[in-house]
Amino acid sequence: MSPTAAQHSDGLTVADLVVTYPGRPPVEAVRGVSLTIAPGETVALLGPSGCGKSSLLGAVVGTIAPAAGNITWGDEELTRTPVHRRGFGMVFQDGQLFPHMDVARNIAFGLRMAGVDRDERDRHVKELLALVGLEGLGARAVGELSGGQRQRVALARSLAPRPRLLALDEPLSSLDAELRRRLAVEVREILRAAGTTALLVTHDPAEAETMATRVRRMADGKLI
Amino acid sequence: MTSRAATVRTRRSALSLLRWWAVAAAPLVFLGLFFLFPVGSVLARGLLEDADAGAALAVLAEPRTRSAIATTLGLALAGTLGSLALGLPAAWALGRFAWRGRALMRAALTTPFVLPTIVVAAAFSALFSRSGVLGSWGLDQTPAAIVLALVFFNVSVVVRIVGGAWESLPPGRALAARTLGASRARAFAEVTLPSLAPALASAAAVVFLFCTTSFALVLILGGSRVNTIETEIYIQVNQFLDLRAASVLALVQVVIVAAALAISARAGRARGLTSSVGRLRAPRPLERWGVAGALLPAVLLLLAPLTALVERSLRVSGGHGFAHYAALFTTPERGVLPVAVWQAAVNSLVTAAVAMLIAGVVALFVMSLIARRSRRGALLEAIAMLPLGVSAVVVGLGLLLTLNRSVLGIDLRASWWLVPIAQAIVALPLMLRMLVPAARAIEPRLRDAAATLGAPPWRVALHVDAALLRPTAAASLAFAFAIALGEFGATAFVARPDRPTLTTAIARLLSRPGPENVGLAFAASVMLALIVASVMLISERWRRFEGSGL
Amino acid sequence: MRTTSRTAALAAATITTLTLAACTGPEPENTASTTPAEEATTVTVVTHDSFNVPDEVLASFEAESGLQVEFVAPGDAGTLVNQLVLTKDAPLGDVVYGIDNTFATRAVNEGVLAPYTSSAAAAEDAAAYAVPGAEDVLTAIDFSDVCLNYDLTYFESAGVPAPTSLTDLTDPAYAGLVSVTNPATSSPGLAFLLATIGELGDDWAQWWADMTANGLRVTASWSDTYYTDFSAPNYGGDYPIVLSYASSPPYEVIDGEPTTASMLDGCFRQVEYAGVLEGAEHPEAAQQVVDWMLSDDFQAGLPENMYVYPVSSSVEVPAEWAAFAPLAEEPASVDPAEIDTRRDEWIDAWTTIVLG
Repeated sequence: MSPTAAQHSDGLTVADLVVTYPGRPPVEAVRGVSLTIAPGETVALLGPSGCGKSSLLGAVVGTIAPAAGNITWGDEELTRTPVHRRGFGMVFQDGQLFPHMDVARNIAFGLRMAGVDRDERDRHVKELLALVGLEGLGARAVGELSGGQRQRVALARSLAPRPRLLALDEPLSSLDAELRRRLAVEVREILRAAGTTALLVTHDPAEAETMATRVRRMADGKLI
Repeated sequence: MTSRAATVRTRRSALSLLRWWAVAAAPLVFLGLFFLFPVGSVLARGLLEDADAGAALAVLAEPRTRSAIATTLGLALAGTLGSLALGLPAAWALGRFAWRGRALMRAALTTPFVLPTIVVAAAFSALFSRSGVLGSWGLDQTPAAIVLALVFFNVSVVVRIVGGAWESLPPGRALAARTLGASRARAFAEVTLPSLAPALASAAAVVFLFCTTSFALVLILGGSRVNTIETEIYIQVNQFLDLRAASVLALVQVVIVAAALAISARAGRARGLTSSVGRLRAPRPLERWGVAGALLPAVLLLLAPLTALVERSLRVSGGHGFAHYAALFTTPERGVLPVAVWQAAVNSLVTAAVAMLIAGVVALFVMSLIARRSRRGALLEAIAMLPLGVSAVVVGLGLLLTLNRSVLGIDLRASWWLVPIAQAIVALPLMLRMLVPAARAIEPRLRDAAATLGAPPWRVALHVDAALLRPTAAASLAFAFAIALGEFGATAFVARPDRPTLTTAIARLLSRPGPENVGLAFAASVMLALIVASVMLISERWRRFEGSGL
Repeated sequence: MRTTSRTAALAAATITTLTLAACTGPEPENTASTTPAEEATTVTVVTHDSFNVPDEVLASFEAESGLQVEFVAPGDAGTLVNQLVLTKDAPLGDVVYGIDNTFATRAVNEGVLAPYTSSAAAAEDAAAYAVPGAEDVLTAIDFSDVCLNYDLTYFESAGVPAPTSLTDLTDPAYAGLVSVTNPATSSPGLAFLLATIGELGDDWAQWWADMTANGLRVTASWSDTYYTDFSAPNYGGDYPIVLSYASSPPYEVIDGEPTTASMLDGCFRQVEYAGVLEGAEHPEAAQQVVDWMLSDDFQAGLPENMYVYPVSSSVEVPAEWAAFAPLAEEPASVDPAEIDTRRDEWIDAWTTIVLG
């Protein structure tokens, strides 16, 4: 299930994507967006809140069903593929760590889903903890973590199953400015080190500049 | 292109609707067969046979009926307010701090809820009698005595529902308000209280409905002078054989249930709680006094009748002793019961376990369907909550009317299964009241997070929903078990005399003269209380993860 | 959409659980005791929740008759007839035990019962208790006298003699001493109301008004009056005169000495009947059950097991009953047909007088 590095050669293509929310009248959050991301690239979608960037991200990852348009990875059509079969990871704005699991079990979750055996899981978790600078905190309850630590765990957790694309939804916005700056650099380094293709959503131009290799602006449901 | 996508989506939502109803079929068939159909056939017999709308309306116009309705609402309101007044401080003490003996206190405060009402009523009337400990209060056979007993029974509901919610309330919220300059009281009134609103509303609705259908308490403590809808239904059915009047009154009960649930839903609409995983802290020295003071009234109200109950169970000719407890383990010589009380207890445990399983399965179905709010979900929830507010006399009579012939090829006549089924119906609404808020409090994005990590839907259900609900589910199962153990109203209609449960055995012991019989009845009640407290204490151990809900 | 598939997964899991529960749940029907070769007829006895018969008596009947007996008890004695009336289209069983003479006529008039006259040896004794006009459907099995009981120890020291008649009790000397039960919610309460009607005739209403003025206490059920209110040494309540049965005093004997007694004036004889139900699946088996209830074996156990006197004169009551539970010599009598027509009216009148 976990895509191997060989598959990373293709990149993401989003074509004419439309996301609408039911209502009277229906709200068009994403209005015909097309976008490509090459392997290894980190693209930032920059825009004010309510511009549709999170909806676009949701549609890419599969948590939101688009009303029209296509999402492909290389030649692989993914528009109707359920979330768990896309091989895309996601870092949520407020982490969304599983409150009933400790740090290590949170990070190991994706590996368990992929059927990785326990020894390898443990080894991998240790590596990831080191990667995000949280050595030795595996047994910590997630309720006892600081905000910055939580986001590091969230990042490690989403990287664990080696997703072919990592979506980051305002990953640092809940942190204070100083920490945000520091972490932005760190995240960039971590993504580079892992060679992960990434799509970042943020409203902070500085963050976009720091983390992304390419920045696209979005307003009113469209890319500008 | 857009229109094609729209069709796809319509088709998809039609499919999901179909699936919803397919899953809903199971609980609907259960409730339909064992609740709606029986109750409906009582109403049909009462209202449709020689249908006479005028006569039905005349029942409502009778002063006796109107006074019963007014008394019911008055008692229920007073009982609810009293339960909140005593329960809220206790919920604070139990939900805000960690201290030694907290689990024991929670279990103890829950015990009254499931004690057989006839026994507790007897203990209370002894307290209020002329020469009783509280005789000087002059409450004998007054509505006030009934209200006190209602509070005794229902404080536990408030403690469990509100205390659970309080635990999962992030302490930061009130602190944040205080840093903004709010006094302690204002922080409570403007931040804590609104956050607790859903739990408060839920608890108040449950308590209110319980109070409206209270039967033995009202009859015994009111000395049959206080008439409520419930006692009126009993008298109309059992004495006057007037099904029309009983049906009209049962419909009034349904209206009250609907109104109570609607008000509770409105009051509870405030943003629900999301589960937080904070650690409770030990109270500071000054707060210790607060905790003690908050618990004192509830504990006093708990202890007074329980002490009376234990005293009676120890009373033997010429003093006190354990003779009645020894008698629990021997078959009575003079046959009031065909078996020893301990065997009745075994019957009770087996029946309650089966009732718990049945209620648990149905509750899981219903919960999974109504956790996400929808109109049809609200309807299903209302149907599942109805047993809370509909007279046990009507339910029992309905079961009698409908299930003494084979239904859909199933012949349950005189079947042992009817007992756990009746108990499960009574336990179901309470399980839902615990499970649904907990299920709704699960952050939906946690499911997305699991899915993006490669979890297929069934593993999301297992590792996220089931895992997060486990403590609440365990607690609600324990509660259902305890309710089934203590249930009497509906059980009495379907129980078999040769296979008594603890509650039916107690009722029978109390129907025959002799100090051995009454002593044994009280000893059996103490045994029941101990069993219930133990079950509750065990369920406390399952609450490792303090989710929202109970 | 994900929500529903989650729901479906959950549902699948629960269905499995349900099936397992259904398979592994306790099987209460004792499969061990029936031989699978011969299918025994199962006869269902509808009764009240106080019914009790010793295992060995039942077992020997089952062995003799080849029947298997099941019992259903959908409530207490007071509700039995009404439940039979409500379910007469699809009877709850084959035979009923426990209809009493305060409700007998309703059962008869509603056509709940099928004709059967037992030819058991004790049938002649039973005939003495028959409901006039219903001799062919109801067979008397047992009876008890509903009487006021009083606390002997209280009257030893009170300076007031123990009461001997209903009219004594309206005397101010007995003010605040009497506790009875509500006839609308309690079967002995109804019986006692009938006792006052039978005993005092048209003056009954005035008697109750006088009693109310004299501090009469009313409770909802027998156990409240007897166990909570009775001042007898075993209970320690506040009322030395309470409504109970003539058969109650033997249970209050301490060290061989009675502590309570019955006031044998103003008693109502409550007779319990058995009968075959109309529409019974196994009418012949039902008739056998009625005969069995008149047998010495069953009759002899009645005092011990159900606290009632047997109708049969060929069995003896326990020694302590003979000593401490004398029967009323002249219990009040009210025509059962009149009870049926006026019962509701009397209860309403009583409620107005006593509870206001």
